[in-house]
Amino acid sequence: MANLDHSFHALADGTRRAVLAQLSNGPASVGDLARRHHMALPSFMKHIRVLEESGLIGSKKSGRVRTCTLVPERLVAVEQWFREQRTIWESRHQNLSILLTRLQGDQS
Amino acid sequence: MKSKLRFDFLVDRRESTMTIRREYAAKRQLVWDCHTKSELLDQWFSPKPLTTKTKSMDFRDGGHWHYVMIDPSGPEYWGRMDYKKIRPIDNYTALDGFSDASGAVNPNLPRSEWNVTFSDQGTRTLVENVVSFQSAEALQKVMDMGMKEGMTSAMDRLDELLVVLVRR
Repeated sequence: MANLDHSFHALADGTRRAVLAQLSNGPASVGDLARRHHMALPSFMKHIRVLEESGLIGSKKSGRVRTCTLVPERLVAVEQWFREQRTIWESRHQNLSILLTRLQGDQS
Repeated sequence: MKSKLRFDFLVDRRESTMTIRREYAAKRQLVWDCHTKSELLDQWFSPKPLTTKTKSMDFRDGGHWHYVMIDPSGPEYWGRMDYKKIRPIDNYTALDGFSDASGAVNPNLPRSEWNVTFSDQGTRTLVENVVSFQSAEALQKVMDMGMKEGMTSAMDRLDELLVVLVRR
């Protein structure tokens, strides 16, 4: 099971985030993905390997073409946690804003 | 017309930190009090629909706040914030983590470090909180715990509630 450390490392790079965004539209071959990033295949393959190790994407070779697919569960789990944290803080802040309004009302 | 109050929520995945910035339409002393006096913390610290109760509070360098967040459907989440360095009314640093009802910190779960800074923005106050985990592994443990304890589903319900409230 790929861990969060791998996920974060994978997500820390702009090219890799762009690849994930592209794959969210559906599977694509490594060749197609590399061309869109104007990158030589060997250096692009390094990004693909990082993404595969993170568990964020999977790939399958058929003949000479390697096709990549997004594995959404992993990404969803990570993003959902941060979204929840954001929601917690939004709710806290809303509570505090209301409290501050009340406290200031008491003073005047 | 008053401009909207600022709210930023930034995630640095590589450093395993969250930076939360929020502006309040109040003087800095009052905003500071709300963060550092238990009777005020109890009134806002838990996200809705949870409520907060303080078991003990000793706000000083090396002191701590022992609290519980109560879910109306039953579950209780005990927490303990250990204060490291306090500089009224500018900044405090603390370690936040899960504890039990007696105040013993759960040694199996990593704690997050809070670095909270208060600054004047004209008549308003900006609060910046940088929450850091020691490592991505530490964050992973906290995430797994949240999911196991059903915190996640409570927050999902909250998400839905907020969507409804925002539409109104």
